[in-house]
Amino acid sequence: MYKILKKVNLNPTVTLMEIDAPLIAAKAEPGQFVILRVNEEGERIPLTVADFDRSKGSINIIFQIVGATTELLNLKQEGDSLQDLVGPLGVPSHTEGLKKVAVVGGGVGCAIAYPIAKKLHEQGTVVHAVVGFKTKDLVILEDEFEKVSDRMIMMTDDGSYGDKGLVTDALKALLDAGEQYDEVIAIGPVIMMKFVSLLTKQYNIKTVVSMNSIMIDGTGMCGCCRLTVGGETKFACVDGPDFDGHQVNFDEAMQRGVMYRDFEQKCHQDVCNLYKMEVK
Amino acid sequence: MANMSLKKNEMPAQDPHVRNCNFQEVALGYTEAMALDEATRCLNCKHSPCIAGCPVEINIPAFVMKTAQGEFEEAYQIIAKDSSLPAVCGRVCPQESQCELVCVRGIKGEPVGIGRLERYVADRHIDNVKEKPVKPEPNGHKVAVIGSGPAGLTCAGDLAKRGYDVTIFEALHTPGGVLVYGIPEFRLPKAIVKKEIDGLKELGVTIRTNMVIGRSVSVDELLTEHGFEAIFIGSGAGLPMFMHIPGENLKGVYSANEYLTRVNLMKAYRSDTATPIKKSNRVAVVGGGNVAMDAARCAKRLGAEEVYIVYRRSEEELPARAEEVEHAKEEGIIFKLLNNPVRILGDEQLCVTGMECLEMKLGEPDDSGRRRPIPVEGSEWTLPVDTVIMAIGTSPNPLIKSTTQGLETQKWGGIIAEEPSGKTSREHIYAGGDAVTGAATVILAMGAGKCAARAIDEELNPKQ
Repeated sequence: MYKILKKVNLNPTVTLMEIDAPLIAAKAEPGQFVILRVNEEGERIPLTVADFDRSKGSINIIFQIVGATTELLNLKQEGDSLQDLVGPLGVPSHTEGLKKVAVVGGGVGCAIAYPIAKKLHEQGTVVHAVVGFKTKDLVILEDEFEKVSDRMIMMTDDGSYGDKGLVTDALKALLDAGEQYDEVIAIGPVIMMKFVSLLTKQYNIKTVVSMNSIMIDGTGMCGCCRLTVGGETKFACVDGPDFDGHQVNFDEAMQRGVMYRDFEQKCHQDVCNLYKMEVK
Repeated sequence: MANMSLKKNEMPAQDPHVRNCNFQEVALGYTEAMALDEATRCLNCKHSPCIAGCPVEINIPAFVMKTAQGEFEEAYQIIAKDSSLPAVCGRVCPQESQCELVCVRGIKGEPVGIGRLERYVADRHIDNVKEKPVKPEPNGHKVAVIGSGPAGLTCAGDLAKRGYDVTIFEALHTPGGVLVYGIPEFRLPKAIVKKEIDGLKELGVTIRTNMVIGRSVSVDELLTEHGFEAIFIGSGAGLPMFMHIPGENLKGVYSANEYLTRVNLMKAYRSDTATPIKKSNRVAVVGGGNVAMDAARCAKRLGAEEVYIVYRRSEEELPARAEEVEHAKEEGIIFKLLNNPVRILGDEQLCVTGMECLEMKLGEPDDSGRRRPIPVEGSEWTLPVDTVIMAIGTSPNPLIKSTTQGLETQKWGGIIAEEPSGKTSREHIYAGGDAVTGAATVILAMGAGKCAARAIDEELNPKQ
């Protein structure tokens, strides 16, 4: 069960895995996610379905190595299996009736933005993709975005590839040049989504963000992923993960996102040390 | 001649100051001598009120008589006829408000320790009996059970015993529902739950984990595409409630569901597991039920120096079992009764620093028959804590309702089902347990599962 069919390192810290999961592949829609466990003692982590192949019965996940679990996941090779995989969870992204959309992706968030851009493109929506990365070496999914967008703008923080600057700079330039969008879909680090939302608020453009909160079950049972949207508490796992960016309390979400940072760093260190010992 | 001692044989238990630092089982179980002695307290009275006191109608006098005669396996088999989970029920059933409440011996003195005896014979069976149950002759009918908690396990077990091909669909990665994610190890060891579930598998029940019905597969697809002729929904009441007071989204505020799931299902108390949990020093648990007691006792075991139960009514109204309250007190949990939180306070990093409470007094009885708590004006005070756990109840998950057309529910989310059959507004679909009643007890859920199994059998396999 849940066999890894393909593994590709997209950049030094981001990996793509294609996983055998016919039931999930049959139902998955852009914007939905899965929860997986790498091993019996492992934690449950949510990852967005980055792509799916209904006929082959497989889904893709793309993850960045940020902690112990993603480090362990990255040690798995083609032919290995995951302990657990459940999904598709969450509400699919709303794409109906959109004529022209700006899809803004930041870093590994592009993995979530891509299937949405693809779906929009396939249904005939005009897609402008703005993708941003820290530096050239971290760029992922460039060809994929190229294929599904009518216009693509590549940004890097340090200017080593594409234009120098943040995705908000590029989006602002587009808006100031008179581009009109039915919606902006922004997916990336919380801080990026916050500033995209602040920007689009000035232009009064509906903005959807995808919240990657900490989760356990992913079915509404624990409430760990709760966030404040328009003054109300929502659960990212069942009410989202997509929310109105102009309503989300991003500062709270940022704080909740780092709640276990010390623990995570220590675990990550332990896994790395164990791995080093094994390699020796 | 019956043993006329007025008191039950006491349950041996770990010392409170030792056990509040470990996750091993608190109650250690009777010895054979204790079980034999306790069983002889039963008068085997003719009208046997205890049987009607049991939601699954175990023939209690018969099993207690066999126990008194030292025929423990026979005693077990009598229980097993009516209960799929004897070792679980012997531990977590509220016997004091069911079978033992109506025991004739309880009129003068303490009732027979029925629960303790049940646990003894069930544990003895698990330890000694190795032969596997005989798989019943298949009857060719396929039934799906949604949820592997007490309701689902019971329904599945009863149907399997009648020859049905049963598949249980479980959303989490481990079967057991609330028995594994909710009730802590020290009250119900997970090895016991696993053994009971293994027993069902030996009867031929298939369990598919990681299946969220309504997402992975819908109820209708189970009926139309997967060949199931009937469905039992035992998906429980998994949605945590919050108080909707300021500060509830601060870091360090947990739902009891989250806290207990981290500790029990994900084993955050063990150093060899990857799931984190906050290291707390001062913890306030809001609520007064068994779940609140469980959360408080877990927090204590995880090393918190001070753990408070904050409850808006008085001790008399605490919904938790008396035994759990007693155990919590022994372990050093501090009860702040007649207090209601009004807001949770935090620092710049949004970490919890305290909880503001308002003192309450009791007024006239409300709809629930309990005296209504009334705020005492101007009595606000702050309890300095770094963690708050909300244990104020749960409601059914709306996922199945929202993905199953024509399945009627109450306003608050409970699936509408006929008593006792569990028939819903949709043909071939049955429901029972917390998904119907809202959060209740393990044994009531089992009773519902049992009745639904009977009704499903009547539908699919009507007697000629």
